[in-house]
Amino acid sequence: MGTDLLLFSLFGGVAVAASLLVVLGRNPMHSVLLLIVSFAALAALYITLDSPFAAVIQIIIYAGAIMVLFLFVVMLLNAHKEDEDVPAGAPTMKKPLYMGAVLAVVLAAELVWALSVAGNEPDGMLTRGASPDSAALGSVRGLGQLLFTDYAFAFEVTSILIIVAMVGAVVLAKREL
Amino acid sequence: MIPLYIAQFGIILAVFGLLLIAAAIMVYSERKVAALIQQRYGPYLVGPKGMLQPIADVIKLIFKETLCPKGADRILFMLAPLISATAAFTAFAVVPFGAETDLFGLIDHKISLQVADVNVAVLVLFAVTSVSIYGIVLAGWSSNSKYSLFGALRSASQMISYELSYGLSLASVLVVANSLSLTDVVNAQSGNWLGFIPRWFVFLQPVGFVIFMIAGVAETNRSPFDFPEAEQELVAGYHTEYSSTPFMMFFLAEYINMVTAAAVATDLFLGGWHGPWLPASLGWIWFVVKIGAILFFYIWMRWTLPRLRYDQLMTFGWKVLLPLAALNLIVTAAGVIYFGY
Repeated sequence: MGTDLLLFSLFGGVAVAASLLVVLGRNPMHSVLLLIVSFAALAALYITLDSPFAAVIQIIIYAGAIMVLFLFVVMLLNAHKEDEDVPAGAPTMKKPLYMGAVLAVVLAAELVWALSVAGNEPDGMLTRGASPDSAALGSVRGLGQLLFTDYAFAFEVTSILIIVAMVGAVVLAKREL
Repeated sequence: MIPLYIAQFGIILAVFGLLLIAAAIMVYSERKVAALIQQRYGPYLVGPKGMLQPIADVIKLIFKETLCPKGADRILFMLAPLISATAAFTAFAVVPFGAETDLFGLIDHKISLQVADVNVAVLVLFAVTSVSIYGIVLAGWSSNSKYSLFGALRSASQMISYELSYGLSLASVLVVANSLSLTDVVNAQSGNWLGFIPRWFVFLQPVGFVIFMIAGVAETNRSPFDFPEAEQELVAGYHTEYSSTPFMMFFLAEYINMVTAAAVATDLFLGGWHGPWLPASLGWIWFVVKIGAILFFYIWMRWTLPRLRYDQLMTFGWKVLLPLAALNLIVTAAGVIYFGY
């Protein structure tokens, strides 16, 4: 149990610190890279939860595919420092700040509720992991079987959604095909 | 008796050292084969038949000054080669290179000759490969040089394009082997068909093997797909501005990536350490022989084929290789269901 806690606090700490630096940093390029660090720390947390598949997918999809796109955008826009062009007396973004604060409070309350109340329910979202299902979820075979039997509809609908988004992006980007 | 963890630590150190040696051998043989093909001598002054040339190169590179161009992002500039080299070494961690062994009776339990026997080894390989793109992209961007940036952009788009065919051709092998673990894939290839044809997956998946090899060349940025460092147009591509040790790390990463690609191809298609005549404990000799053959093929190709045009590369990747790989996967899956392999 000791190593579990140690690893959790280590990778959790890295994830939190990296995420904070993403938001607080001034250099967008560094922010992108720190976000990748945060994803990697999350992947390490998945491994400590005995789910190497989720960890690897986390790296492949987020660090390998999505963040490369982010990196490209930042690189090609050449956004070295985002606050370079902002003059000193420019109007600050007060309204989004308040909105964000409210949402953060709501999220925190929700988390506290979920961890304290819902966590104690016998068939709640958090205790369900203790059932025999969780062993199957860790393995690729079990995950695939669940995806294509119990969750086949959701899976197919998601793939249609992604195709629609992709077609939409192509149509928007290339007006004359 | 040696405790298990010391044996495993020994394997980690051995893999690390052997990869370095393999990279040195690759540099030497590349120059020698190139010389042979171009009717030159190649390196012949340092050591017997010039065999110590790679070591001399390394010493020379270490003692050069590390330059950092003006206007470069210093942190990322120094971080990029580290990412490249680390990813190259990490990728080999999941590659098995020999049958389970007790190291000639030195340890109690049998351990597999590999750093980490992960049950999603193939996916780990992909994850590491996708992270290694960052090394190249960051090197290109942080150098603050247009040649570097062009090289990095080309490299990233090339790697992303060919990764898809790479993955699909690999997936068809996994369908046949019915496992994601490389050790299981290799063990599924032991024995013979009809008594004399080895049960290698290259005979079941010839199309997959060809696609895998082509995509592997593109993934490792080798000629005829060496656009990231096309000398005539881009000086040296993403590592134009690098010198000394950081440059050496890129160089090292490139050669280790080739070794890893060859090792994975051996494990997936050529039966890994299985082969006739040798006992299972010496199977790694077969492994080395097969890797050597593939690497020689890489070098041979580099000095024989001219570079493609960039649009040809992209057209080939997306319009020929990818549909072919997808078709191969579908046919394989249908075959596995139909014949119940």
